[in-house]
Amino acid sequence: MDVTRTEVEPRPVGIRVSRGNAARLGLMALPVAFFAVFFAWPVAAIVARGLKVDGTWRFGRLLDVVTQSDIRHVLWFTTWQALASTALTLLVALPGAYVFARFDFPGKQVLRAVVTVPFVLPTVVVGTAFLALVGRGGLLDQWWGVRLDTTVWAILLAHVFFNYAVVVRTVGGLWAGLDPRQEEAARMLGASPFAAWRRVTLPALAPAVAAAALMVFLFTFTSFGVVQILGGPTFSTLEVEIYRQTSEIFDLSTAAVLTIVQFVAVGAVLAAHAWTVRRRESALRLVDPAVTARRPRGAGQWALLAGVLASIAALLVLPLAVLVQRSLDAPDFGYYRALTSDASGTFLVPPIDAIGNSLRYALAATAIAVVIGGLAAAALARRDAGRLVRGFDALLMLPLGVSAVTVGFGFLIALDEPPLDLRSSWILVPLAQALVGAPFVVRTMLPVLRAVDARLREAAAVLGASPWRVWREVDLPMVRRALLVAAGFAFAVSLGEFGATVFIARPDNPTLPVAVARLLGRPGDLNYGQAMALSTILMVVCAVALLVLERLRTDRTGEF
Amino acid sequence: MAGEFQMLLSLEDATVRFGGRAVLDAVGLEVAEHEVVCVLGPSGSGKSTLLRAVAGLQVLDSGRVLLDGRDQERTPAHKRGVGLMFQDHQLFPQRDVGGNVAFGLRMHGVDRAQQDERVRELLELVGLPGAARRAVASLSGGEQQRVALARALAPRPRLLMLDEPLGQLDRSLRERLVVELRELFGQLGTTVLAVTHDQGEAFALADRVVVMRDGRIAQSGTPLEVWQRPADEFVARFLGFDNVVEGTVTGEAADTPWGKVPLPPDAPQGPRTLLVRPPGVRLVAADEGLPCTVAARTFKGTHVALRLQPEEAPPLEAACPLRAAPEVGETVGVEFDAAEIVVLG
Repeated sequence: MDVTRTEVEPRPVGIRVSRGNAARLGLMALPVAFFAVFFAWPVAAIVARGLKVDGTWRFGRLLDVVTQSDIRHVLWFTTWQALASTALTLLVALPGAYVFARFDFPGKQVLRAVVTVPFVLPTVVVGTAFLALVGRGGLLDQWWGVRLDTTVWAILLAHVFFNYAVVVRTVGGLWAGLDPRQEEAARMLGASPFAAWRRVTLPALAPAVAAAALMVFLFTFTSFGVVQILGGPTFSTLEVEIYRQTSEIFDLSTAAVLTIVQFVAVGAVLAAHAWTVRRRESALRLVDPAVTARRPRGAGQWALLAGVLASIAALLVLPLAVLVQRSLDAPDFGYYRALTSDASGTFLVPPIDAIGNSLRYALAATAIAVVIGGLAAAALARRDAGRLVRGFDALLMLPLGVSAVTVGFGFLIALDEPPLDLRSSWILVPLAQALVGAPFVVRTMLPVLRAVDARLREAAAVLGASPWRVWREVDLPMVRRALLVAAGFAFAVSLGEFGATVFIARPDNPTLPVAVARLLGRPGDLNYGQAMALSTILMVVCAVALLVLERLRTDRTGEF
Repeated sequence: MAGEFQMLLSLEDATVRFGGRAVLDAVGLEVAEHEVVCVLGPSGSGKSTLLRAVAGLQVLDSGRVLLDGRDQERTPAHKRGVGLMFQDHQLFPQRDVGGNVAFGLRMHGVDRAQQDERVRELLELVGLPGAARRAVASLSGGEQQRVALARALAPRPRLLMLDEPLGQLDRSLRERLVVELRELFGQLGTTVLAVTHDQGEAFALADRVVVMRDGRIAQSGTPLEVWQRPADEFVARFLGFDNVVEGTVTGEAADTPWGKVPLPPDAPQGPRTLLVRPPGVRLVAADEGLPCTVAARTFKGTHVALRLQPEEAPPLEAACPLRAAPEVGETVGVEFDAAEIVVLG
């Protein structure tokens, strides 16, 4: 080849940078389209429905609504109970995360699944279970005459019940992979055990703790079923108020304004989160979790383990036990047998059919959520991610923060006409559930993907692996475990999704949570008992799914 | 082009800036086929960035990388056909030794039987026969280094690059491996571009040494040339020579703080920087030459290194046999040997 030396001109930097951007945009195209069509559009539709009167926008309504004293009260309560719930959850669950990450004890796998079950239970069921525990005629009332259902404590405890797993999974998952030798190195440099933890482990955990706290805050900020049942007339969150305005007062305009307020609040929190994530990003060298866990040693560690187990028993297992006990509170499994026929006329089909519906919907939703969330996480994990991409990171979280009721209602009014008329399609339910599940996939995958050493990818590239092969050969084997966990999460969330599904599930095709809610809405012991029985079945399905997942996890450990 | 020698690798004015600071500053470098070139420099001199730029892992801000005469700007890393052995090996933890070595072959679509054959052959070559099924976590540092080398060699890259190839290994292993590597590259005819901060490694490994400083090339030449005639004070000091002094050259001698120093013939005239190699510092009786006090003596095995302190002049490094070595505190005289004195740039 003829090489002539020519004057080397400085080339425009933009062209070189755009190559990386093109790859990223390619990865992000599908997730962006998905969120635009199935999230942004429905939300826009509902906002327009609320704020547009006779074809003209009336933004003045925003101020009118938020200055009303009862709405201000709702805003205040929503915020402080979410903060209190988050703090309480971290307080109770962080020791749990440590115990699950660092201790090895019999029954750990089962227990890990057990603490995750509450997270996927329908909110109405949790509310009812806590009512049965701490409400009038509840277990505590029977035994000690203690009632908490008129206080905010019932709500806070139910929120801890719900979100315990968020902290254990998010923080504990990373904690288990942190190399204990890092702490040992600090100890050798003269740090006390606590100082070593505070200076070495805590900074490494901080992003995970922040992510978990953010999720708990969002879930409790938008809490619906729990507050609806345990809050009574005294306590009401924005979400409950939106629901009330939509379905009881039929004041769509006020509901839309409240949706916007919630949107803005959630957006602000997510923006703050994106900012903290950017500041704390770091590549961690993860090790096999099986290596880092060992039997507790010394009285202190055994006491910690005992304390965590006791808190799990009291806060997580007891409400579930009460739930099961109530479902069996009829001779010969009467409530369960009643499920096989539609005796009460609540449904067009036997309630038992809801199980099959739920599983089918959840599988489809999981597939969608893993593809969308996985692509988004792959795009976001790139170290050179720019501001635009980080903004997208926050955007992905929005469906979690915006009320599920809004998503469902938005689906109903936005996707009911050409070009996209999905009203009669079965895919509508999985799409809504995937929208709620995808952020979980991103949250689970992202920390692990970011922790993959970039030079391993470079090593593969130099050996001839194209970017796609690099992902398949280097990233995928390392994140396979996280991918499975993410899929399990998406599946479980889809199974338990209620707020959106209740709007769009067809009457003859109810999902389990929808069936439970309908049964609870009807008077009489039989309906109540059937609801408890169906909830128990949902709980068992979730528990089995999670146990399978845990089994998969242990089988794969050999590869790491 | 007929008659013109085609370089395997050419860098032309390669420049990389990190936040305004030039890590590579208009570097020009050529590597011929079958040549083993070692880039030598202190940490932060831009050595690793140079390798990454050639590999396609680092985008140039300006300048060009040519392989076999072809501009590589639009060629991504995985299509450049070069091998890179990373400083800390970067073996894939989820694959065994064989899986690591076969990785590049799989990427190039080599069939299974050939992969196995090549892996076996390479593991034998690097002295780890039969290790294919071992987990990488079970390997010692030296074994990891061998596996990383086998992995980089497997796809038969036209250029093999080594980033501090022996950096993390202990001394005796390093000295053995550097000889092995040298033999291996000679045997395979591999073209090699290595970077290191260790001059011993560079001199033992390379046909040609390139000394880098602050993103620029300070000197390029055979190990012997660089050792005998360092281009400037920086290179001289980096190579471990400390007897560097300013002086004024007149004829075949120079005026320095150490007195009159003889020079080889044809020395450039005027104010210059001089290097006196330790063997050029001859010890004589205390009443002859430049009087010095012995400030320190270090036993080096084959000889004793001395630090001599003249009155009102910079200290001098000298070397002498063990039996002739004076004690600390003794006074000795010093004379200079013109053959061991270099006038720097």
